[in-house]
Amino acid sequence: MPPTVTLAVTRYRPEQESEPALQNYEVPFRKDWVVLDALNYIKDRRDGSLSFRWSCRMGVCGSCGMMVNGSPKLTCAAFLSDYLPGPIRVEPLQYFPIVRDLVVDITDFMRKLKQVKPWILRKEEKPLAEGEYLQTPDQLDTYKQFSMCINCLLCYSACPVYGLEPSFIGPAAIALAQRYNLDSRDEAAPERLEILSEHDGIWQCTFVGECTKVCPKNVDPAGAIQQYKLTGAAHWFKSLLLPWGMK
Amino acid sequence: MSAEAHYTPYHPKWYRRRVSVWWWLQKGSYTTFVLRELTSVFVAFFALVFLWQLRALVQGPEAYAHFLVRLKTPLFLTVNSVALLFVLFHAITWFNLAPKAMVVRLRGRRVPDWIIAGLNYLAWLFLSGAVAWILLRG
Repeated sequence: MPPTVTLAVTRYRPEQESEPALQNYEVPFRKDWVVLDALNYIKDRRDGSLSFRWSCRMGVCGSCGMMVNGSPKLTCAAFLSDYLPGPIRVEPLQYFPIVRDLVVDITDFMRKLKQVKPWILRKEEKPLAEGEYLQTPDQLDTYKQFSMCINCLLCYSACPVYGLEPSFIGPAAIALAQRYNLDSRDEAAPERLEILSEHDGIWQCTFVGECTKVCPKNVDPAGAIQQYKLTGAAHWFKSLLLPWGMK
Repeated sequence: MSAEAHYTPYHPKWYRRRVSVWWWLQKGSYTTFVLRELTSVFVAFFALVFLWQLRALVQGPEAYAHFLVRLKTPLFLTVNSVALLFVLFHAITWFNLAPKAMVVRLRGRRVPDWIIAGLNYLAWLFLSGAVAWILLRG
């Protein structure tokens, strides 16, 4: 085991530099350390000005996503030992505008997420006195996988379609729309289909499939989008065959 | 709340990286994807040849014989074999995609991907066999 390992970390201080550049830092190698530990070591001992986002250190909060050696990863789950001998390249999530060092601006995603209405919508709310909306374990099972999304945005960074067409609504937002469509308590699937059948919705996806591969929570956004396309196409056929039967 | 967030346009200096022209060479899966997009031209070509064949068939035996002579020229043989390769590539990637788009639940459980893909392949084999049998039986 090497005593140290080198991290090549993106630095971008907008008040100093006109474009980002890599800077090398040598950190002690420990086999139980992940990239995030190394970044925290740098911030504590080498250079306190290094900026990056993190919170839970256990793959739940979804804030420490970065490019590690060119692949989108949660840095709290990327062990240094898997990248030996180094240097390990740590860059901000690609396709997002860089605010500073490893911090990217995710406003675009937050706006898109809101567009798909990721919450339970009823045509009519039932009165509180009638109690909660019940759900069987089987009904829960149909959408549970999609509900595991932690908005870490690794899927956006893996998606070349999002890189080339930033207007694309993107993998996580569509998977989350599907999560609510499949929820037995929700009644807004037609509404969401309308939003997602638009130009920037599901049909932008050309099924590269990388979003599913990089997802740390096995959400399978690519699957969600393809299922959505099937629903969209079936809906279109139905409206073609039975124009009077649809609203 | 309005749809657009207003604070970002006034951010002092964002840095946006341009996507490299060679992005599709970065990963095997990106390359496969671009290959699938580009080679769809061959699938269209295959379909056109098939339509052309139908047209010749409708026009009578003479036209059909003429069509067959055309098909046997070296240029057509080469283009057609290349097209066949890419059509197979498309067929296989398509069948592998099927379980992603089709979620079948039996007794409350999701049917595993390999069964769905396998059934598609079986149907393909069966239909190809049936067509071959009809054509070759006489």
